[in-house]
Formats: sequence, structure tokens, C-alpha cells
Amino acid sequence: MLSIIALIGRSSTRKVVGIGKMFLFLLSAFAWAFRPPTRLRLIIYHIRTIGVDSLSVVLLSGVFTGMVLGLQGYYSLRQFNAESFLGSAVALGLLRELGPVLSAFMVTGRTGSAMAAEIGSMKVTEQIDALYSMAINPIQYLVTPRLIAGLISMPLLTAIFDVVGIYGAYLVGVGLLGVSSGSYFGGMESSVIFEDVWSGFLKSVSFGLIISWVCCYKGFNAPQSATGVGQATTESVVLCFVLILVWDYFLTSIML
Amino acid sequence: MIRVVDLHKSFAGQAVLRGVNLELENGKITTIIGGSGSGKTVLLKHLNALLLPDSGSILVDNKDITKLGEKALNNMRQKFGVLFQGAALLDSMTIFDNVAFPLREKTKLGEQEIKQRVEERLAQVGLRGMGYKNPAEVSGGMKKRAGLARALVIEPEIILFDEPTTGLDPLLGKSIHDLIRKMHSNFGFTGVIVSHDIPEVFRISDRVAMLANGVIAEVGPTEQFVASANPMVRQFLQGDAEGPLAVL
Repeated sequence: MLSIIALIGRSSTRKVVGIGKMFLFLLSAFAWAFRPPTRLRLIIYHIRTIGVDSLSVVLLSGVFTGMVLGLQGYYSLRQFNAESFLGSAVALGLLRELGPVLSAFMVTGRTGSAMAAEIGSMKVTEQIDALYSMAINPIQYLVTPRLIAGLISMPLLTAIFDVVGIYGAYLVGVGLLGVSSGSYFGGMESSVIFEDVWSGFLKSVSFGLIISWVCCYKGFNAPQSATGVGQATTESVVLCFVLILVWDYFLTSIML
Repeated sequence: MIRVVDLHKSFAGQAVLRGVNLELENGKITTIIGGSGSGKTVLLKHLNALLLPDSGSILVDNKDITKLGEKALNNMRQKFGVLFQGAALLDSMTIFDNVAFPLREKTKLGEQEIKQRVEERLAQVGLRGMGYKNPAEVSGGMKKRAGLARALVIEPEIILFDEPTTGLDPLLGKSIHDLIRKMHSNFGFTGVIVSHDIPEVFRISDRVAMLANGVIAEVGPTEQFVASANPMVRQFLQGDAEGPLAVL
């Protein structure tokens, strides 16, 4: 019995220590953002890898999410003779929830996993040690630019997801199912308020932070083997998905 | 002068270094040999504080680097160049940019001067005109030479070599050893080599130290070391399975 309690205690201590290390890692990455040199070129490079390189997958998932919303929304609303509310339902759903969450999932799969794998393999091949030995702090060089790039890219990608999603639903609702274009956009205009856009923006910024933070941390702490890099990559993706959903719930409950 | 004093290091409760004492003379090449897993690379990584000891100290120019703050440690690290086992070139850069990297990061040299210095170092290690290639496009030997060019480019006082010839054929291994000796003659750095390449590495070593059971079992000038009567040294140099060193 005592050994079971000890086992639970050890495991819990390890988890708490792990969480503490993750937060210290984040603090350190933020602190380095305010110390010279400012690595503008690296930040722009990572905005490209996180933002531009994820664009196609975000566009594709955005348009199909919108189309499904249009289809489902239309048939659900028709039961109450409320098809004219389709635009409002789609816009609110996308701006407040689906846009930030689904685009964050896409970026995690497309770029976050690559981030963890790249940093993990840099650790295994001693490239991180090489940075230390050249008196360059790897957190400042590898993590801080990715963190800033994540904060900048994610809201932009989410905005693109929202717009193509709204047009995807328009295509199905107005183009195929006959909802009037005026009621689609008119309903949207009357029901969407600034707070809806703001809450989506805040969520996307925090998701950008979660993705860069978790994926860099997991890569940085990857075990020293090829399987270790794979394991770190998988863990980073799973943890991002879970944290995004949990954080989404808390943010939603605060902002509603 | 680097002085290692009573260095202890354990990983997950397993003691790797159990009180290492070693003096590395200025301007000389000292080679550290020892069995696989004896802690040679661990010892090497302590010399520029890539690893920190559980206890003991490492004195570089009489300063204990285990007690330095971040800024002082970074200043101290600029005295060192390191050639890692796999060269550790940054994948995201060309060979030219890898060699230029320490200059761009740590000096105020202009791009023209950096270009000149990098091309000079690449030529010295036999990589003239290869700077545009990515590390993934070149052979293991070329990577090591590029790593050596990067280690040399800031003209450090001390260079650490972690298994510089591992994974290379004997001819390439010899060419890397010749290159280290030639660069040592040109720049006069203090060299520390960790190697399994016995006896070839003795050709370029001024002194040899043997690490066994977590301590320095023998150290001395190369000729003296090779002639040592220490049973551990004899067993290791002759490759005997029987003797004071546990093989398996």
C-alpha cells in the first residue's frame, strides 16, 4: 500500500516539476525577447514557415468547414423556418470558436510538429550544444523568434480561415440551397458584434503562443535518440490539441 | 592552462566521473583515451561548461568556470572552439554560413571581411569553393573539415575535439589528424582530443591521458605514456580482454 502511495507521489512530483520547467522555459523565451540582438530576420523567416507555409491547409480546411456549416446549419434552421439566420449562425460559430480552434489544429499538425522534430533533431545531433559552445543562447536563437512568429501568424491565419469559411458556407447556403444573399450577409451584419471578433482574436493569439511554446519545449527536451525525436513530436501535437481545447473552454467561459 | 580538480559527475545515480584531476598544458595537444562509456565526452563537455559537475572545479586561466555567471561564461566560451563528433553543423545554413556564423554573431566584422576570413579557413581545410553546399549534401569527412573551419574561424585559444575521426575511413582519418596538426602549427591553440583512434592519434598528441573507472589512470607525454607499465594502459593499448579493465 505504501509503495503504491510512494509511486503516485513520485509520479505527481515529476509531473509538477515538468509543468514548472515548461513555465520557466516560457518565461526565459519571453525574457530573451527584450534582450539584444533582435533577431528580426529569424522572426520573419518563422512567420513564413508558420504562416505562409500553413496557408494552403488553412484555406482548404476553412472552406470545407464553412461548407459543412452551411449544409448542417441550413437543414437545422429549416426545421424552425429560420434559414435566414444561416449567415449569423455561421459567422458566430466561425469567429468565436471554429475559426481559432480549427486553424490552431491545422497549424499544430502542419508546423508545430515540424518545429518539435527540427529542434529535437538539433538536440540529438549536438547542434544545440554547438550554439551554447559558440556563446549563443539557443532559447534566444531558436525559441524566441518562433514564439513571436506564432503570436503574429496565428491571428492572421485565423482571420483567413474565418473569411474563407464564411464564403464556403455562402457557396452552399446561397449558391446551392437558395438562401437569399441579402439575408445571409444582413443577418451576419446585425448579429456579429466587436466582442465576437475580439474573443476570436484573443483565442488565436493564445493558441499561437501555446503551439510555439509546447512544440519548442518538447523538441528541446527530446530524448537523445531517433525514437526520442518521434516521441517528442507526437507528445507535442497531442499536448497542443489538449491545451488548445482546455484553454478554449476557459477563455470562452471568461469572455461570455 | 586548464586544470580539472576532483571532478565528479553522475547521471541518474550512476557515477561517470569519480574525482578526475587533470592539467592541460597551454599550446599542447592532449589526447584523452579510454574505453567506450568511460566518460571521455562527458569530461570534454565539462571543459567549456556544456555540462556542469556535481562537485569539483574546472579552472581556465585560474577562473573556476563552474561558478561563472551567464555573461562571464559566454565570454569564457569565446576562448573555445569545439569540433563535435558529428560536426554539429546547423542544418538550416550552408557550409559558408556555418563557418561565418560565429563571426556574424560574436564580432563586429563587416560582411566583406567575414567573407575573406571564411574563404581562407575553408581553403585551409580543403573545402575551397564548397561553401555554397548544405551540410546534408556533403560527406562525413567534409562535414568534419567544415566543423574544424568553424571551430578555427574565431581563432580560439583552446579547441576541443570530440572523436574527430570516428566514422571515417583510415585515409580520411589520417587527413583529419594531419589537418589538426597543421592548424595547430599555424595557430598554436591548446588542443584536447577525445579519441578511440589508437595508435594513430598519438602521432599528433603531445600528451596522452587515460580515463578509466571514472578517474585519470595515467597521464604523461606521448612517448612516456606509450611505454607506461601501468597494467590498465598496457591492457588498453594491446586490446586484451583480460586485465584490470572490465571489458563487458
